[in-house]
Amino acid sequence: MALAAGRGPGEPRRVAYLYILPALLVFGLFVLVPLARTAQFSLYEWNGLGAASWAGLENYRAVFTEPQLRGAFVHALVLVVFYAVIPVTLGLLLAAAMSRAVLRGMGFFRVVLFLPQVIPMVVVAIAWRQIYEPNGPLNDVLRFVGLDALARPWLGDYTWALPSVGIVGTWVGTGLCLVLFLAGMSRVPRELYEAARLDGAGPFREFRAITLPSLRGELAVALTLTVIAALKTFDLVYVMTSGGPGTETTVPSYQVYNNAFLLGRVGTATALAVVLTLLLFVATVAINRVGERGQR
Amino acid sequence: MMISRGERLANYAVLAVFAVLAVYPVLLILQTALSNDQIGGGGSFHFENFADAWDQGQFGSYLRTSIIVAVLVVGLSTLFSVLAGYAFGTMRFRGSEVLFYVILLGIMVPAEALVIALYFDLRELGLTNTLVAIVMPQVAQSTAFGTFWMRAYFRGSSREVVEAARLDGAGHWTTLWRILVPMGRPALTTMVVLVFMWTWNEFLIPLIMATDESLRTAPLGLAFFQGQYTSGTALLAAGATLVALPVVVLYLFLQRHFIRGMVEGAVK
Repeated sequence: MALAAGRGPGEPRRVAYLYILPALLVFGLFVLVPLARTAQFSLYEWNGLGAASWAGLENYRAVFTEPQLRGAFVHALVLVVFYAVIPVTLGLLLAAAMSRAVLRGMGFFRVVLFLPQVIPMVVVAIAWRQIYEPNGPLNDVLRFVGLDALARPWLGDYTWALPSVGIVGTWVGTGLCLVLFLAGMSRVPRELYEAARLDGAGPFREFRAITLPSLRGELAVALTLTVIAALKTFDLVYVMTSGGPGTETTVPSYQVYNNAFLLGRVGTATALAVVLTLLLFVATVAINRVGERGQR
Repeated sequence: MMISRGERLANYAVLAVFAVLAVYPVLLILQTALSNDQIGGGGSFHFENFADAWDQGQFGSYLRTSIIVAVLVVGLSTLFSVLAGYAFGTMRFRGSEVLFYVILLGIMVPAEALVIALYFDLRELGLTNTLVAIVMPQVAQSTAFGTFWMRAYFRGSSREVVEAARLDGAGHWTTLWRILVPMGRPALTTMVVLVFMWTWNEFLIPLIMATDESLRTAPLGLAFFQGQYTSGTALLAAGATLVALPVVVLYLFLQRHFIRGMVEGAVK
């Protein structure tokens, strides 16, 4: 405790325990206990009603071997590309292209670009379902420009359903990345770019030497938010596709729900939840490690 | 640095394209909500769709549940977070580091890892399908985030002000509520706004905990409503508009708090 005593702020006070009591109580009862119970449930086979039987690590084996469960994680990784990789790349390129200008009216654009982040996902899902309808706006546009062959019922198509869901994630994330990176760029001193240009640096060198390093913190934030959103996708799939067609758009969260409440496989569902939680931890820590290392 | 007129225009063009893409789905829903479902019906704006969604679609009832849930979650988690953040930020006590890191880890735990076990345990106690089951898990998660958030504020608060209050004879309780909380309005507002948004948009927890229609929150009611009707109908779009409206209006007024909170609270 020497560390705590040395670094902790303020003076020693017993009354602190009273101040933290309500928070700890509610946190313990509704986060720690359920988390421990989830881990415990994951070692049993149980249909939610009758008696449970010990299963050891059988549920975890199922998570990694059953094609449908493993498939859910593969789909989640595909979604990471759409939710995180594309928005971050797009945001970086655009921010770099706009780096030389001091633009007025950014306040307005920021409000609009960030808007997709605050709308309830269920509402987003309903809007995009309408866009993807067989006779919806997307197919209308394709037919209008003569690409009739491309028009299809997007969410019912075995190949295109998952990318269609992914594009919604791209829509949600791109504005966030753009807003973040433009704000980050505005803090980079203009003189740096002028100096680089005098030294004869091309746009590519400029990007690698100035833009990328100065956006390290913003990159970590953008990746954390978007990768977590991708791995935790639930509402969107529940409302747009229910995992279909077939199991083409199932994701881990959806399989957790599906196994626990529709298939009566509580053990499998909780094992999935544990694996998902670990995946989220690893992703968060890894992203922030990389972000911190860059700052040193 | 001077840039050419052309480059400036190109920049605005790029921003405009992305702005249009960002609002298009929103405008599509609004347009559908105001459209006429009956083919051949006249008129331009059909505001009666909102009244129909409110009554027939039961969105009035869903929104009421959502408001009750949001008030309870925001109120309780704000109170708990302020108290805990104050202790973690300004006082020294044994175990504070360990306890704080446990809470910090709790921020990263997704609802998926809590809600299944919680459902079956609460069912044993006869507590599923109650406000408690919908509200308390969210209070716990938001308190974890709020404690982290308020601790940062209290740590950064001016020591001199606290010392001065102490010299005036103010105890720790008075110092908190009379001085530090009023001074911390911006930090508090950001936290309240974020927790409100998370609670309003939450889907998984009410989906699992509320089996009764009377306990459905707005997003949940909307999801079930769309399961019954084909998409693209005016009534569904009107319902979707009503569900999104409170968050969007709040966002338009307090957008700085939304953006700052989501960026700085990215650990969640």
